[in-house]
Amino acid sequence: MKKNTWINVGFQIGALVVALLISTLLLVAAGAPPLKAYGSIVSGAFGSLNNIENILITWSPLLLTTAGVLITFSAGLWNIGIEGQMTLGAIFATGVLRVLQNTQLPPALIIILGTLAGIIGGAFWAALAGALKTFGGVNEIFGGLGLNFVSTALTIYLVFGPWKRPGVGSMSGTQPFDQKLWLPSLPHSGLSPWALGISLVVIFAVYFMLRGTHLGLRLKAVGKNSKAAFLMGVPTWQYSMLAFLLCGAFAGLSGAIQVTSVYHRLLPNISGGFGFLGLMVAMLINYQALWAAPIAFFFAAVNIGSVQLQIQYKLDSSFAGVLQDLLVLLVLLGEGARQRFLKKV
Amino acid sequence: MDSNMILIGLAGVLATAAPVLFAVIGETITERAGIINLSMNGSILLSAMGGFAVAYRTGSLALGFLGGMLIGMLVAFIVAFSSITLHQSQVAVGFVLALAGRDLSYFLGVPYMNISGPVLKGLSIPLLKDIPILGPLFFRQNLITYISYILIVLAWLWIFRTRPGLMLRGIGERPAAAYVRGANVNLLRYVYTVIGGAFIGLAGPAYTLNVKAGWMGTQTGLDGIGWIALSITIFGGWNPLRAAFGAYLFSFLQWLGLVLQSKIPGVPTQVLQVAPFPLMILTLLLVNISDAEWVQRVLAAMPEGVRRLMMKLLRALRASPPASLGVPFESE
Repeated sequence: MKKNTWINVGFQIGALVVALLISTLLLVAAGAPPLKAYGSIVSGAFGSLNNIENILITWSPLLLTTAGVLITFSAGLWNIGIEGQMTLGAIFATGVLRVLQNTQLPPALIIILGTLAGIIGGAFWAALAGALKTFGGVNEIFGGLGLNFVSTALTIYLVFGPWKRPGVGSMSGTQPFDQKLWLPSLPHSGLSPWALGISLVVIFAVYFMLRGTHLGLRLKAVGKNSKAAFLMGVPTWQYSMLAFLLCGAFAGLSGAIQVTSVYHRLLPNISGGFGFLGLMVAMLINYQALWAAPIAFFFAAVNIGSVQLQIQYKLDSSFAGVLQDLLVLLVLLGEGARQRFLKKV
Repeated sequence: MDSNMILIGLAGVLATAAPVLFAVIGETITERAGIINLSMNGSILLSAMGGFAVAYRTGSLALGFLGGMLIGMLVAFIVAFSSITLHQSQVAVGFVLALAGRDLSYFLGVPYMNISGPVLKGLSIPLLKDIPILGPLFFRQNLITYISYILIVLAWLWIFRTRPGLMLRGIGERPAAAYVRGANVNLLRYVYTVIGGAFIGLAGPAYTLNVKAGWMGTQTGLDGIGWIALSITIFGGWNPLRAAFGAYLFSFLQWLGLVLQSKIPGVPTQVLQVAPFPLMILTLLLVNISDAEWVQRVLAAMPEGVRRLMMKLLRALRASPPASLGVPFESE
């Protein structure tokens, strides 16, 4: 057993080393001095207080989507529709803010109602994917992908159609909300302690739920072996649906926060890829909620740090994605190689 | 709009559908063998950039297309290797590759952005091009579009009318039975996944060397096309003919969106361009719904005549995925 632990660690470190090796070669191929490029990512991420604030701003939506997909993964579901769920959250939140912005209601109440609407919007979109799967036999991956496209279409329709800026609609989104409807942030900064606080509470709640509650155990039972769980008396489809609803709610919350605290308006592609990135974080940590917060922070730091690559070396900031993708891919392949190795020994 | 304009527009629909067709047929072949290649979106973008880069550097269109195909094959090989040999989830690996291909194409494509490179020229077919209506529609295209017509027919014939095609369906439906009959299931799955990958990889340069010439990074406008192709594969019910219909329908609706833009100013173009998706979800629902338990129950409660009619209708719409799609096969 002891020997296996060393083998496991060896394979994991091996995977990370290979991933870094490939990304280094890619930097060389793109004509950048690799060590200096990595250095500029680090300084781009942590070089100033402003940069660290940007990491925290990016961390928040990623924590929420990661928390969501940890639940659906536990129930054995591939919720690829999370991008659309986040988008619907943003749409619902924007809708409520638009309706209430000229009323006499206190701004705090409007923000709270908008956020709740976002949660409902995300859960509603997830429920559609869940219903398609449960009652229509449509695999959640394909239903989810389709719903993602519909949500994008809906956003674009709203931004260019009924919600367009006075004059002409543009890709830069709807008319920004008055500052009183912004989620309060730290002075001279875009960082909202509310957004960050809520996200951290959610990720810890999900960790404890999956770890030690009745609900978490049943979700995992459904995910591991739904037939056995059903025979043991767990109402299977109801639990799958619940997993969809919870994930959609967190995704919707994430979308609502992007509206109330980051962009202050609805714009096309408001999900910013955080749904897919959440799936990546969950895969990298092998679905262990304990590691979600630090790894999501690492991903956020790489995203912010890579902006510096663009400025200093004229490289595309998609290097952040390349590095993240390589890490996840190599960890998956390393896990496969490890299992094969242990079987042979 | 006069009829000549419509004809030119429709000929354009056939041409712009070609890349989607390649991808959809590649995925259909792959999934028929029981493997899901979810990486398509990344594979197409990377081969679009790579194919353009190769053609630009060498000045050879043929090498550009070949380069794109090789990239598609390489990505497909990683999917096959990780799922067949390393027993990892096809969906997980494919999803990561979908993102990796996209990010890599943007990262490595910077030197090739916004420069003009070689573009495939038109090639009218003598005699056939002069047939009224059909000539301008089908036969004043270019080589890639002609290959796309032929590929539809060839893929259909291969899958449904040949002995190896029977084996292909066998390893996707009931691999154990195919194994007993002497098929090397996992080797064949490797082969078909990589061949499917070659067609998926052909889709990339079919854009950047043809219908959407050049590489413009994130502005190329190809992000998402792989997910669309994946949806059309399902829409096509794993049949090249139905899949081709899906690809043409998609391309047609996009064209219609552009045309109607000037006619109905209230509706933004982008909305009409994504109009196929609600339609697609509806189709997915229709092709799957007859398997749902509650439908069976409702049907059983119906009067005899109505029930028979409904069953017939549902059966006509039904398209089941290959029974062992995504399921690993172990011979021992």
